[in-house]
Amino acid sequence: MPAHAFFFYIFSLIAIVSAIMVTASKNTVHSVFFLILDFISISCLFILIGAEFLGMIMLIVYVGAVAVLFLFVVMMLNVAQQKNQWFGATSGSKHIPIGMIVSLIIFFELIIVVGGWKLKPDLKSEFINIYTNSVTNTHSIGNVLYTDYIHLFQLSGMILLVAMIGAIVLTFRQRSGLKRQSYIRQISREKYDGVKLVDVKNKEGVKIDA
Amino acid sequence: MEYLNILFSETYKILFLLLPVLVSVAMIVWLDRRIWAFVQKRKGPNVVGPFGLLQSLADALKYIFKEIIIPASSNKVIFILAPIVTMTLALVAWAVIPFSEDFVLANINVGILYIFAISSLGVYGIIMGGWASNSKYPFLGSIRSAAQMVSYEVSIGVIIINVLLCVGSLNLGDIVLAQERIWFVVPLFPMFVIFFISALAETNRPPFDLPEAEAELVSGYQTEYSGMMYAMFWLGEYANILLMCALGSILFLGGWLSPIDIYPFSIVPDPLWFILKILFLFVLFALVKAIVPRYRYDQLMRLGWKVFLPISLIWVVLTSSYLMYFDLLPKS
Repeated sequence: MPAHAFFFYIFSLIAIVSAIMVTASKNTVHSVFFLILDFISISCLFILIGAEFLGMIMLIVYVGAVAVLFLFVVMMLNVAQQKNQWFGATSGSKHIPIGMIVSLIIFFELIIVVGGWKLKPDLKSEFINIYTNSVTNTHSIGNVLYTDYIHLFQLSGMILLVAMIGAIVLTFRQRSGLKRQSYIRQISREKYDGVKLVDVKNKEGVKIDA
Repeated sequence: MEYLNILFSETYKILFLLLPVLVSVAMIVWLDRRIWAFVQKRKGPNVVGPFGLLQSLADALKYIFKEIIIPASSNKVIFILAPIVTMTLALVAWAVIPFSEDFVLANINVGILYIFAISSLGVYGIIMGGWASNSKYPFLGSIRSAAQMVSYEVSIGVIIINVLLCVGSLNLGDIVLAQERIWFVVPLFPMFVIFFISALAETNRPPFDLPEAEAELVSGYQTEYSGMMYAMFWLGEYANILLMCALGSILFLGGWLSPIDIYPFSIVPDPLWFILKILFLFVLFALVKAIVPRYRYDQLMRLGWKVFLPISLIWVVLTSSYLMYFDLLPKS
């Protein structure tokens, strides 16, 4: 199918170019936008190979939620200024060698992982099965995720929960002297406990809060 | 040659869908203003054309001939991209909306996820516009609106799960066909109410129009926009509102199905029922705009996270246990 191949090359080209631009662009907000473009083109690639559920979840989770928060942080923290301090043109930066070492380690780890990759022996026949039977891939993912891999699935949910609670604990601080509005108290306030009729005696006046 | 044929027929279909959507967006703006006016005992736009029907077209003409001003200190590329993104996303989502059983542009398996994904991308138009304007009011407005849209998306997602539990498919056509016996608005009525309010918040409609908030933020992210770019934001916003109404009628009001399947109702064509249901929901949207005062920001956040999310999660547990206990789960 030439149209299929055409779209594959277009989306993968966009994905690669935008992935390069994430690191290459000077403006940090621009790099986040390139990251979003990268996510979108990768989810298009998922849809091209027939994994429409994964593609849509990728859009919803990464582009719709994660990248929005990412963009927030980058816009609010003014990362660009710090970046210029660290990687200034005048002074040779101390951070570049450390970055190089970290990226080399990650590169070798990737090589080890991909080198040790084993494909399932009957993968090809299963692929054909997927394409020929009428079960949608949402159903087929659900069938394995909630039966064979239920423990791993729940474990990953627990990890996310721990991460969430950890982030809240780290950033939460109890402020004292805060006046909070309570809806119940505001609404249930009646005339007789707000207003009081007082007889004012001559030349004595009224004591407030007596 | 074959590809060219496919290309032409698809383009024809897309135009056949998009032109009515755009025209109805213009009409719906007029309807919105008229309803708003009637609630306040005013007349509303009634001068241009019969009943003022052509008011929106006159407005559009005015916007086209106005100058587009791009602020000198703005980030120009993103500033121009923002309204384009908003409008494109609002129109793209219409591709999967089924007007009747076979009157749908793209009948995909994961239709509901597609709409959900597209509406969650809608935040970007606003964030981009607010940031690229490089000015205080738009930035504040865009931050508010991004937080608001992300929060209410969560509860909309959980509500959609409720419906999907009863349907057993992510296809929009299947969702409608599953309501042949009873519309989901009856068994899932609390979810319908929460969906409606969340849709108001998701589309930045009053009483949740904090991103625009004329009084405090001078129209928020739209402050620096003028001419056609402003009109594109506007069109995108109303197309999104229509889309949310369409989604509500598909999920809860039985899409193109007629309310009762007896003689005078059954001869009405299916798309007409669907359009009537969209209009019904839109009239509700417009009435809410006219009646309810604007929410405060902390109240809005509390409503989203502490009220709607727990209620809809509990409802998921209730629905699934009910379906499980009475063995009503849809078989695939």
